[in-house]
Amino acid sequence: MWALYIRDVQLGVRAGGGALVGIIFFLTVVAVVPFGVGPDLNLLARIGPAILWVAALLSVLLGLDRLFQADREDGSLDLLLIAGQRHMSALMVFVKCLAHWTASVAPLVIAAPLLGLFMNMEPVAIGAAALTLLVGTPAITFIGAAGAAVAVALPRGGQLVSVLVLPLAIPVLIFGVSASYGAVTDPAPFLPPFLILCALTLFFAVIGPLAAAQALKWSSD
Amino acid sequence: MRLVAQALAGERGGEPVFSGVSFSLGEGDALTVTGPNGSGKSTLLRVVAGLLPAAAGTITFEGGGEEWPTPRSAAHFLGHQNGMKTALTVDENLRFWREFKGEPHLESQEALEMMGLGEIGHLPFGYLSTGQKRRVAIARLLVSYRPIWLLDEPTAGLDAASEAQFAELMQAHLEDGGMIMAATHLPLGLTAATELRMGAGAAA
Repeated sequence: MWALYIRDVQLGVRAGGGALVGIIFFLTVVAVVPFGVGPDLNLLARIGPAILWVAALLSVLLGLDRLFQADREDGSLDLLLIAGQRHMSALMVFVKCLAHWTASVAPLVIAAPLLGLFMNMEPVAIGAAALTLLVGTPAITFIGAAGAAVAVALPRGGQLVSVLVLPLAIPVLIFGVSASYGAVTDPAPFLPPFLILCALTLFFAVIGPLAAAQALKWSSD
Repeated sequence: MRLVAQALAGERGGEPVFSGVSFSLGEGDALTVTGPNGSGKSTLLRVVAGLLPAAAGTITFEGGGEEWPTPRSAAHFLGHQNGMKTALTVDENLRFWREFKGEPHLESQEALEMMGLGEIGHLPFGYLSTGQKRRVAIARLLVSYRPIWLLDEPTAGLDAASEAQFAELMQAHLEDGGMIMAATHLPLGLTAATELRMGAGAAA
């Protein structure tokens, strides 16, 4: 399993891996918003966490459709599934998700504080947004894995993945943004939405890989 | 150890492709599956490998013990695609499969040398020619041990010398007590292989 993790991280980081595309997309979206919204610093500070979260959500979805498709095209998916007796297929999916998160999503979380400065966010708000992204983005990857597994056999399944996955990712977005706001605006609490966000990630860490493994089993035609 | 199929039937997208296929392979036995295009050779191999459910009948692996309870856990599968990543080097690809599949057998360098590719381990897989890629995929069968080899058109893209080399490898695997089931249009150079003709619905 460790070998699979290393391989997927290597593939993600090397040329053509697609990890870089997601990061550049994230940077572009966030960097463009101040130009569109105008130089109202208070407004930017207020919508900053939301912009960071929406941009992160979209850039995670951008790369997810390749999660199983690349393996299917070169035949490795068959071999990974045959090994299901030795390594449970759901565990295989879980490890692939972790590798995808490490290679393509963790850099977003690292870049988020810098982009928070673009949005004139306070240090506390920047910290809260980065923390909620760190905790919440794995959930999007796990949900996306199930979508990617359903769409693996379809040509141009990429768009379908985003449509399938987006409704499920909405709760993650809501609690991620409200926890970030809770850290800076006074009556709103930080801890309850943050804990719900943690719970969502743990929940989808179990459900997502199981659903994806089941979908892959029926797609291997 | 024995691989036994009884009255096996397979379907693709709801359409029956073959039915009533029975065979039995013991240690050191080879079975070549022949027949016209679309007669279900690949489907049969995928059913045996557990990638497709059997529409009817059973496929069992006897005597594998706890280590190899099912045919799919005991099998190497070499399909039409090579299952290698073009962005990784040949050596990284083979070492990954060696570690992931477990039961390590040969080192990746040794396996490459067996296939006459000792010099190219450091190259990205994407740089190789079609025949070289196929030989690397065959080297994958050697880096971890499985008693059953399921081969789908294994010699596609190989030159005559590599074919002969591969025939020797298969012979060595059989003498070791392995089993081989190969779908093919070309003779594989196996001396004592039984033939299963698909398409007529008959079984060997």
